[in-house]
Amino acid sequence: MTTASLDPTSRFSFGYVRQYVTERIPALYRRYPFAVIGAFVLLAMILIAILAPILGTVDPQAVTPSNRLKHPSWQFWFGTDALGRDVYSRVIYGARVSLVVGICVAILSTLIGLAIGLITGFVRWLDAIVMRIMDGLMSIPSILLAIALMALTKASIENVIVAITLAEVPRVVRLVRSLVLSLREQPYVEAATAAGTPLITTLVRHILPNTIAPLLVQATYICASAMITEAILSFIGAGTPPNIPSWGNIMAEARSLFQLAGYLILFPSLFLSATVLAVNYLGDGLRDALDPRLSRRM
Amino acid sequence: MLSYIVRRLGATVIVMVVVAFVVFSLLYLTPGDPAVVIAGDIATEDDIKRIRQSLGLDQPFLVRFGSWVWGLFHGDLGISIFTNLPVIKLIGQRVEPTLSLTICTLIVAILTSVPLGTLAAARAETKTDRTIMGLSVLGFSLPVFVLAYILILVFSLQLGLLPVQGYRSISEGIWPWLKHLILPSLALGTVYAALITRITRASVLDVLAQDYIRTAQAKGLKERDILTKHALKNAAVPIITIIGIGIGLLISGAVVTETVFAIPGIGRLTVDAILRRDYPVIQGVILIFSAVYVLINLAIDLSYVFFDPRIRY
Repeated sequence: MTTASLDPTSRFSFGYVRQYVTERIPALYRRYPFAVIGAFVLLAMILIAILAPILGTVDPQAVTPSNRLKHPSWQFWFGTDALGRDVYSRVIYGARVSLVVGICVAILSTLIGLAIGLITGFVRWLDAIVMRIMDGLMSIPSILLAIALMALTKASIENVIVAITLAEVPRVVRLVRSLVLSLREQPYVEAATAAGTPLITTLVRHILPNTIAPLLVQATYICASAMITEAILSFIGAGTPPNIPSWGNIMAEARSLFQLAGYLILFPSLFLSATVLAVNYLGDGLRDALDPRLSRRM
Repeated sequence: MLSYIVRRLGATVIVMVVVAFVVFSLLYLTPGDPAVVIAGDIATEDDIKRIRQSLGLDQPFLVRFGSWVWGLFHGDLGISIFTNLPVIKLIGQRVEPTLSLTICTLIVAILTSVPLGTLAAARAETKTDRTIMGLSVLGFSLPVFVLAYILILVFSLQLGLLPVQGYRSISEGIWPWLKHLILPSLALGTVYAALITRITRASVLDVLAQDYIRTAQAKGLKERDILTKHALKNAAVPIITIIGIGIGLLISGAVVTETVFAIPGIGRLTVDAILRRDYPVIQGVILIFSAVYVLINLAIDLSYVFFDPRIRY
């Protein structure tokens, strides 16, 4: 059974799934407990975001003035806000914004950073110019850069993603470039160059695969920080538009009501913190698993 | 040494030019025509054209960039659209609260994180280590405003020990000033402390593997002395580097912290400027913050000689 279930053809068989759940996950959990917990919490959040309409929610925008500022109860699990909107529904739908922003920023900034980093690592004359620009961009605190970009455009989720991505890209470029600089000195890369392999082939076949592990780790950290940045932008009124429920928005609206209705801040911040923590734990676990040398040090 | 300083200063100048260019481009790309805003509702086309000419808005991009930079050197950051006051003056009025907040935060963060990180390294792979590292990931994951509200809830609303919000100038007395800064510094300092703790642990752990530490242990020196006199001193450079890099985090966090605690600092000015779409103020603040960040890191780079005499430029 054990060998049969490792056969890729039976990957979707019941036996494989059962073995995975009863053996692989506990084994992983023993080695990387926090990473597995993180992965589960993140998975739960993704499911919550996808299944939001069927999780006992009502329209998160539905205004019911007669139900203003009701404290949490059986009828309103997380209470209602100043406009009588159901906070539970808003928080559940808010998961969508945070996850979409976090994941999109992680993917986009990694891809853009990877492209720029690969090129600058190999084309010497470009390196100096691009890196000075990156140094300049990195010396603008990332939230301020995102704020400035948001101030230029109108509030929308797409613009939030673009603004945070632009602020995160220089850090990825830095990482990729330093990886490329050390990789290009490796004997196998020199051998490839000596054998007349075209630059593009060397990059794709020999350099790129070796950047994936550290980039994956970096991407999870970017995802976590992007979710925090989105919440901060929304919280100070420069992020997701008010008509879309996001955790930052819910907290922003509750700012002045904090002493009156602390639960308005409590629930979105619990969800946000749990999600960010989960992603960070996952990143730490990935780092430990992919780079055992680093794990002991950090 | 001298040639290194010159090269380092040169790099700093280039970085500042890039920052200035980015900030100016943001100003340039700003939607809306300042001339129309200044001219008001009853202005004719000719009026607007004249204002545009007198402000130099009809000049090409690079000429305008040049004259803007020239203005910077004379302390001219432009005029706030909303208050009609010079941006430099608006920022100047707000320096004290922000400076107080960041300095208090720095002190709180460094005094907690360096000992904790050293302890985690000394007790590596034990429960103490895991607890400290677990807390550091937690500190990393709690957004600053979430932490701020938790602190307000516990210490101000429940226990009534500290004020909920507000700021008192240091000229009104040390205690009122400090009392209003304790919670903001804790909220802002946590994420920063989490970062420094991680690096301190890594750096001290590296040093603890060195031969001279074993020699010190063999000599029978007290663990405390080994850690403080031998390990921490030699682990200082990466720790100080991250303290400098973390200033960026501190600046970003100050914007949020000042909003939550109603501190009338530069961060609060930034948020107000965003809400009013007061572009010159936004740009001025970004420029000043970035310059501070770059200069602090320059100073830190140059200070390595002091912490590690082996480093010679």
